[in-house]
Amino acid sequence: MSRVLIRGGRVLDPASGRDETADVLLEEGRVVAIGPSIESRDAERLDATGCWVTPGFVDLHTHLREPGQEYKEDVGSGGRAAVAGGFTTVACMANTSPVNDDPSVTDFILDRARQDSPARVLPVAAATKGLDGQVMTEMSALVDAGAVAFSDDGHTIMDSGVQRRVFEYSRMVSKPVIVHAEDRSLVRDGVVNEGPVSTRLGLPGNPAAAETVHVARDIQLAALTGAHVHVAHVSTAGAVELVREGRRRGVQVTAEVTPHHLTLTDEATLGFDTNTKMAPPLRSAEDVRACREGLADGTIDAVATDHAPHAVHEKEVEFTLAPPGILGLETALSVVLELVRVDELTPLQLVAALTVNPAQVLGLRAGRLEPGLPGDIVIVDPDREWVYDPAKGYSKSRNSPWAGASLQGRVIATLVDGHLVFHADRGVLLP
Amino acid sequence: MMGRDLLGIEDLDRADIEMILDTAEHMQEVGLRDVKKVPTLRGRTIVNLFFEPSTRTRISFEIAGKRLSADVVNFTPSASSLKKAESILDTAKTLDAMDPDAVVVRHAVAGVPKRIADELHAPVINAGDGAHEHPTQALLDLLTVYEEKGRIDGLTVAIIGDIAHSRVARSNIYAFLKMGAEVRVAAPPTMIPANVETLGVKAFGSLREALDGADVVMALRIQRERLADAYFPSDREYSATFGIDRAKLRFAKDDAIVMHPGPVNRGVELSHDLADHRPSVILDQVRNGVALRMAVLYLLAARHPGSKGGGWT
Amino acid sequence: MAKNTPDLRSSRGSGAIHAPVAGGVESALSHDREADGRVVLDDLAIRRSLVRIAHEIVERTDDLPSLYLVGIPNGGVPLARRLAANLRDVAELEVVVGMLDTTLYRDDLTAGARPRLRRTEMPSAVDDRIVILVDDVASTGRTIRAAMDALMDFGRPRAVQVVALVDRGHRELPIKIDYVGKNIPTRHDDRVLFRSLEGDAEGPFEVVILNENGGPGA
Repeated sequence: MSRVLIRGGRVLDPASGRDETADVLLEEGRVVAIGPSIESRDAERLDATGCWVTPGFVDLHTHLREPGQEYKEDVGSGGRAAVAGGFTTVACMANTSPVNDDPSVTDFILDRARQDSPARVLPVAAATKGLDGQVMTEMSALVDAGAVAFSDDGHTIMDSGVQRRVFEYSRMVSKPVIVHAEDRSLVRDGVVNEGPVSTRLGLPGNPAAAETVHVARDIQLAALTGAHVHVAHVSTAGAVELVREGRRRGVQVTAEVTPHHLTLTDEATLGFDTNTKMAPPLRSAEDVRACREGLADGTIDAVATDHAPHAVHEKEVEFTLAPPGILGLETALSVVLELVRVDELTPLQLVAALTVNPAQVLGLRAGRLEPGLPGDIVIVDPDREWVYDPAKGYSKSRNSPWAGASLQGRVIATLVDGHLVFHADRGVLLP
Repeated sequence: MMGRDLLGIEDLDRADIEMILDTAEHMQEVGLRDVKKVPTLRGRTIVNLFFEPSTRTRISFEIAGKRLSADVVNFTPSASSLKKAESILDTAKTLDAMDPDAVVVRHAVAGVPKRIADELHAPVINAGDGAHEHPTQALLDLLTVYEEKGRIDGLTVAIIGDIAHSRVARSNIYAFLKMGAEVRVAAPPTMIPANVETLGVKAFGSLREALDGADVVMALRIQRERLADAYFPSDREYSATFGIDRAKLRFAKDDAIVMHPGPVNRGVELSHDLADHRPSVILDQVRNGVALRMAVLYLLAARHPGSKGGGWT
Repeated sequence: MAKNTPDLRSSRGSGAIHAPVAGGVESALSHDREADGRVVLDDLAIRRSLVRIAHEIVERTDDLPSLYLVGIPNGGVPLARRLAANLRDVAELEVVVGMLDTTLYRDDLTAGARPRLRRTEMPSAVDDRIVILVDDVASTGRTIRAAMDALMDFGRPRAVQVVALVDRGHRELPIKIDYVGKNIPTRHDDRVLFRSLEGDAEGPFEVVILNENGGPGA
């Protein structure tokens, strides 16, 4: 019988409200006991004094780039980057090549995950065939193959009639529709937030209205159809307010926000660094403030990385031509810990946003430390300082605005199914 | 304080600008001689790296370099996007390995000269990047106004045209504000960027108000693509509302001058008459462009190898 | 040649960009208050030298009306003017006076140093003239050589001669000074300055020696 005992850490389990120093005992890959001073003779011991012990993180929004773009990332490297960042489960988006709009692709991804990924991989299937925003995918077949949600992320369904049908149909399989809310006809060729910064830079602007117009539309359509709409990567104050108001009216709307939209403003783009270009773009200080408040008051349910690897040669081009997106898995925790340090979030709230809340969005009974559940656990040292070097990270790509930055707080160890798959001093440990 | 490169007016302070203009005045004198050549940059290589074609600006830099006895090389890579040609980074690294003494860069996308400057040891001069900046244009515009008015402080400058997409507008806004002028902008609302007043200018919806009492009227070129993109409905409408002719010029001061970076869309932003006659000073702008660019090349081109770049004292 | 017509800028004043300074002489002549140095020529001695030089010029020159005095900024400019005034007194001669900045012709522009440019005004053509370059302190000879290069780009003088108020030696090029105010032997690291006592372009002037540390030289 394999046993693991995690000793002396501050156990944070938002699902039960537990926040206390305790030991966690795992047997045969599952949690069996949580409590003060557990005795266990032949257990492998992990010392967590001074650290937090939390459920493994769940990322609602990752791009693993496989099939089709394995030069920038694949299921294996993405899975390793995930556990290095404390994510034991990642939901991967469908904008691969071929698009994940067919059960065969879903199967392939899951197969690859079984072979090569230390993290659990949950495929998000496309909402429309080929992501063309016209014809719905075979949602039932895709769910049977293992899809956990539907999304055209990377693209937007511009035709409101099609979006309505997608919402309606999704009710049959009871899965959320994740929307990348950006009115492309308002975005045009915009690459940075429209405002004083875009004026100074002389770059085409992407107005906040591009997001709020579609968030408003999608919430209305969700209300009309009774679907569960999940708003991906909220970036504007307007969107936060719309979600808040929609929820008040009883619409089934959830939302996520990325670490970068919580901590960086559009001023970060002033040096024309393409590692500050993403979609939606970094916004104004007021927008960042509203997102932080939205996370604190529960309007925004989850922190999701939108991990979007791109090769160096793809990013090293003119700003307007560079593909949007940055890495996120390995830095997410360290970046968002800042909100706890300035007392905008309690540790329990932050952990909830990374664990039980995203799990709930997907309807999973995960993101909890509960006897009987799989031992997906993260040990975090909230004070350890480290320098992030993407060249030494697990992702195949390097596109991060935090490259070379000194960060405070780090994932020390990650366990999946009770197995230690990552330790900060030893790297990813494959089974 | 001015560093190794000239990437934008935003990076310069008033003292830097005065220094450049002062040097340009001296360079003007060289242009009046019989032998319009001084040996100052003899043996130095200046590369004109123009990703976006531009005959006027390129020729102006070429003449400026040659008057300083430099060797000028023109390199026009094919527009990178569609051809998937050498990346900007590779172009810059290759150029750096050839050790030029100064590189002049023009590109359709903002930020490229800066990116290239990060890779090169040689000084980089921005000859226009997207809608971002065109510093030598603004500097030659300042020089021209000095010639005409004797000062910049206290003047009222009205910039009329597609401010949103104009690097000439941005650079001139910074330049004239730093030198103590009041700057106004006017255009159809679709062509004035959000929050333009955060730059320190006053925005007007009507040409008449913007011209009222102006000393300098600067008309910007309207680009054809904006018509296709429906920023404004027709040439006729633009010309009627924001085009400048002698009649409308009466709203400005009696001795107001008219400027334009060129080439002029006759009948659209300026009437035929104003395009060719006083009080427009368009050809003076062009003439001053050579002297100004000589000054910038003189101030920035440092000797290699072994130097960490110029800057100047 | 028509191109050497009166400089267009002079009608606008001496440059709108800096406050106009009389005579085009810049503040580099202002009194350096930090170091006093040893005075080797006071204003009276300078005046006397210039009178003597004016006489010498008159004596040695056959065709006085073809004289053309060209001052090398900064110091050479007021000296050229004074010399012209002296020639007027001594020989009732109206001499053409110009100024020629040599900065763009220097052979020693180094990385990082971009010296300020100075005024050039050549009111007449130099062709077939006897051009007398006027400099304040001659040393290596490089400034004079640069001035000759510049002069050649303006035309073809009949002859070029040199007046230097002070010759401090340490010649690096085969340049000779035709008319000298005073020969002053110096150490290599001494600095010899021609300066205006009150920062005024009209004088009074003096010539001082400072050694490298700013104190009075030997």
